[in-house]
Amino acid sequence: MSAALVVPFLYALRSRGVPVGAQEAVALAEALGHGLHNSSLDRFYHVARAVMVHSERHLDAFDQAFSAHFRGVDVPAAAIHDELLEWLKQAAGQRPELTDEERALFDAMDPEEIERLLRERLENQKERHDGGSRHIGTGGKSPFGHSGAARKGIRIGGRSGGRSAIRVADARLYQGYREDLVLDVRQMQVALRKLRAFNREGGERELDIEGTIDATASNAGELEVITRPPRRPDTRLILLMDVGGSMDPYAHLVSRLFSAAKKSTHFKELHTYYFHNCVYGRVYGTENFDQPKLVPDLLHECGPHFKLVLVGDALMAPYELMAEGGFRDIEGDERTSGLAWLMRLREHFHRSVWLNPEPKRMWRGNTIETLAEVYPMFPLTLEGLGEGMSHLVRVGRG
Amino acid sequence: MNPDFRSFRGTDSYLTSEGLEAAVDCALTLERPLLVRGEPGTGKTLLAEAVSQALGLPLIRWQVKSTTRAQDGLYVYDTVQRLYDSRFDDRAVDDISHYIKLGAMGQAFDAKERVVLLIDEIDKADVEFPNDLLNELDRMRFRIDETQREVVAVHRPFVLITSNAEKELPDAFLRRCVFHFIDFPERELMRRIVDVHHPNVNEALVEQALEAFYGIRGMRRLRKPPSTSELIDWVTVLLQAGIGEVRLAQELPFLGTLLKKEQDLASFADQLAGGRRFRS
Repeated sequence: MSAALVVPFLYALRSRGVPVGAQEAVALAEALGHGLHNSSLDRFYHVARAVMVHSERHLDAFDQAFSAHFRGVDVPAAAIHDELLEWLKQAAGQRPELTDEERALFDAMDPEEIERLLRERLENQKERHDGGSRHIGTGGKSPFGHSGAARKGIRIGGRSGGRSAIRVADARLYQGYREDLVLDVRQMQVALRKLRAFNREGGERELDIEGTIDATASNAGELEVITRPPRRPDTRLILLMDVGGSMDPYAHLVSRLFSAAKKSTHFKELHTYYFHNCVYGRVYGTENFDQPKLVPDLLHECGPHFKLVLVGDALMAPYELMAEGGFRDIEGDERTSGLAWLMRLREHFHRSVWLNPEPKRMWRGNTIETLAEVYPMFPLTLEGLGEGMSHLVRVGRG
Repeated sequence: MNPDFRSFRGTDSYLTSEGLEAAVDCALTLERPLLVRGEPGTGKTLLAEAVSQALGLPLIRWQVKSTTRAQDGLYVYDTVQRLYDSRFDDRAVDDISHYIKLGAMGQAFDAKERVVLLIDEIDKADVEFPNDLLNELDRMRFRIDETQREVVAVHRPFVLITSNAEKELPDAFLRRCVFHFIDFPERELMRRIVDVHHPNVNEALVEQALEAFYGIRGMRRLRKPPSTSELIDWVTVLLQAGIGEVRLAQELPFLGTLLKKEQDLASFADQLAGGRRFRS
């Protein structure tokens, strides 16, 4: 077999942010097996693009990678086909020993599909190319793990605390994951959907089947149509976001959460406010701290049935939290500390959570620890967001 | 290549590119849904008709709206009709299957022959909608709970899904699809497209119309730049009205066919006036 052609191409695609995995590899192998490339490089390009790229955002990256790999190459379709299958077979056979990025590729893959494909198409054993695999393995610095690997990426992140600093490359790998695995708006939206709750109120418009059957039965079979109000979203949410200062590195994350919440249609009411560092007596309607709103007014307007989500790093100098009057002077409430304000908010609402973008290992021995005692605190990761939202909908006070 | 494989090459009235043909062929061969994205008016929906025509397969169309649920595409149980019928004896009310109406996807699975199933504007629906379809699209079967009937596709339909570029679709969904992005047609292709629709038209007029069309598309601040379908409409109107010459610098007849938003007409006028002053 000629030198590995297509597998490095897969990794090149991933390093350019195109989320290809085993599923795409199988699709390509299958397409080539059917002769769809028609023995022309142009056609091969189009076929590969159709099965491996899933969004126009990645077309450019695909083109770059393609031209780097296949310029001036005759289409060795048979070789590519064999190479893909060999690689899949080899990787499927030794799942536990896969490198992290290989596993990232395979996690998005239905094992049955590999099996089926292999059974159908792979007749003769080709020599293994460990070298190729190992060579690829060193590409660990590239930002793998988009999309399908998201779950995994989070897991890797969680594991990093227990890792010694033996391998510097690992740290870079982790960075790479983070860059690519940052929650996107859609994932956040999906997590926020846990907050959905419906209630029936308002105009009667929808057919109540059960009610109709009952009424009809008691009406001696004469049809009696009963209607009821349609289900409407019944979740009210307050989103309080810390902006500026130490939160700057997480600004993009917070703004994604904000847009995810705004885009979600399943909230009956959504109020968003900003604060800086800690809440002292008032919050603000905009990121630039305009449209101030006094916390007592906010509590008056929003009953305890609202769900409160605080987003912030909860990191500050202890006196900013504890000192009476806090860091800033608020008329009339000078003697209330930031902590007291936060506790007052916590007391008021039946359900509240704090989402913290700081990595969990940083949560000890500072004001985060203090606030985590006041608020149920969850990391602002996909997992943490999900847990936080589940916490908000749990029955009973907590 | 598989001998009974019919490769898609467009139709007399639908011109394709090599990329699009490859994507359709991949989707047909791999039996995966084809997801087509692109600007409005680039012929995403027409592609379904073209494939249906070129391959001689019937087309079943499912127009997705914001309220559409995945279940609607499978089947709907018409309880109200059954209740009404229960008042009279002329129909067998006992038989629930009379009141199960297959949705577009259900019909496509149930069809006696291979069909083209168009799921149009999938991004219009709820964020979870595509995920809800995954299982059925993969397995090409579903069960009707009320009658315990299993609807299984004998011939896997060719599923074509269109989406406007705006919204994100779930990754799990994307991975299962063959993807094609329809580029906005280059001028040369556009000329051929116009030719297909108006074969005997005066070439100079087409040339001028294209000039004006791409001129307008090149303008800034247009909320909705004119697309292919608008150009075709415009040429149609020009021909009907017997107009033989159009120039961007002069007043364009039937401009409303190309620009449909008031603001766009305003910015068009602005930029044209600006351009004129600049030239003089």
